[in-house]
Amino acid sequence: MTFNVENIRKDFPILERKINGKSLIYFDNAATSQTPISVIESISDYYKKYNANIHRGVHSVSEEATEAYESSRKKIQKHFNANFSEEIILTSGTTHSINIIANGYTDLLTSDDEIIVSGMEHHSNIVPWQMMVEKNHAKLSVIPLKENGELDIDHFKSIISEKTKIVFLNHVSNALGIINPIEEIIEISHRNGAVVLIDGAQSSAHFTIDLQKLDVDYFTASAHKLCGPTGIGFLYGKKNLLEKLTPLMGGGEMISDVTFEKTTYAELPHKFEAGTPNISGAIAFGYALDYINKIGLDNIYNYENELLNYATQSLKKIEGLKIYGDTNNKTSVISFNIENLHPYDIGSILDKFGIAVRTGQHCAQPIMDHFLISGTVRVSLSFINTKKEIDKLIEAINIAKTMLS
Amino acid sequence: MTISEQGKCLAEDFSFMEDWTEKYQYMIDLSKSLDKMNSKFKTDDNLIKGCQSKVWLHSSFDGKKIHFQADSDAIISKGIVAILLNILNDRSPNEILSADMSFIDEIGLKEHLSPNRANGLSSMLKQIKFYALAYSKLN
Repeated sequence: MTFNVENIRKDFPILERKINGKSLIYFDNAATSQTPISVIESISDYYKKYNANIHRGVHSVSEEATEAYESSRKKIQKHFNANFSEEIILTSGTTHSINIIANGYTDLLTSDDEIIVSGMEHHSNIVPWQMMVEKNHAKLSVIPLKENGELDIDHFKSIISEKTKIVFLNHVSNALGIINPIEEIIEISHRNGAVVLIDGAQSSAHFTIDLQKLDVDYFTASAHKLCGPTGIGFLYGKKNLLEKLTPLMGGGEMISDVTFEKTTYAELPHKFEAGTPNISGAIAFGYALDYINKIGLDNIYNYENELLNYATQSLKKIEGLKIYGDTNNKTSVISFNIENLHPYDIGSILDKFGIAVRTGQHCAQPIMDHFLISGTVRVSLSFINTKKEIDKLIEAINIAKTMLS
Repeated sequence: MTISEQGKCLAEDFSFMEDWTEKYQYMIDLSKSLDKMNSKFKTDDNLIKGCQSKVWLHSSFDGKKIHFQADSDAIISKGIVAILLNILNDRSPNEILSADMSFIDEIGLKEHLSPNRANGLSSMLKQIKFYALAYSKLN
């Protein structure tokens, strides 16, 4: 399919909205991507035509719902090239997935073990592990950032050892947009006998991810960053690893046999899917992947790169503007500050022009501490944005600058 | 002038402003006129919770009137706090506690602020009233 942004934009009803009398310009895609009409309709279709609990009834509607839910699992498996569909656990999103893994390792690690996290993580990939080490007293080490914001891989090589059991980091930093060299990190970790969890919340919408080729042990992403709805995501884990982990939640669906003396857990993937799941969300997630594949991730990657370069060059022309993490290996996120101006002031004025950006710490306080700043303005792009919108952003920033100085 | 009289004047000033740019410009200009806060009062204890930018508010009481000092690291927040202090500074606890604060809704400021900023404004007002209540108990 040839890439035509104007045609694609017609699939997104929200782009018809006016904010403060201006057409919405949505540059907060890293927080939540917008939803195409086919995904929106798949949710109402489910409730109109086959709303029923899954894996339970013998009746037709329940079977239809089960089939649609399970077909989404297969779509995720295929899209990310996992070996088996039961390696795909449907979760409420990336945070839930990380909590499943951190909880699963609570009883498997002791104070003799070490775990390593990168210094550019979202709080959701820090706090669950802190909760884990409080219980098992494993040692938590951090891969520091270099001055330009990239991970210091030499430092990582110096701290990893046979004591290291898990290495966990994001594929792409939500605050800076830097793509981490996960292939190298996975290779080094495996050589030392450690497993690797990759938080793919910020990477999966922007380029192709091949789980088998990466040989990653655990991987997670959220649908709402992938044109899907909120409250649904997935956790991938290698089958032999997932089998060893204790589930985070107990309840219906995740059991095979229950007596008051003992419960036997169900097989993968149901062991980790206690309770009635977000059925409509899971189905819509499948439709979101269909939509992305219809456009093509290669087309998306190329177009977004073009936008990123255009936006970066345009922003750099603004006097006093500093971009954080301005490296060559980036995707779709530009985090910046303007000399002597507070990000909230800039964000407030941009909102008056109908331009949505994120301001603040982006749930990544350690990165802000690294750059000795309290926050940034973050522009995060997607394939529904245009160069014309970037021009309007630059114009609005210049007006904000004049007003605020 | 009483708080409500001064509030009415402000609401009238705002009603003459044509669009958001004028209102924002007014707040930005006002932020520059706010008396400088003594830096020793910029403590974590004086930070107002519920504001996304940092807003410090310090108060002292001379037995009759409350004297506020405030600052913010963001200009628009500083403008908002300046509006409040222009009207509420150097008043007795009772004046503040019994005042008609409807001017805040009348100036239509809240609709021109993001929800976060509007919450920030409410938090600032709450903190000012909290001090007034505390000092009123001293009398």
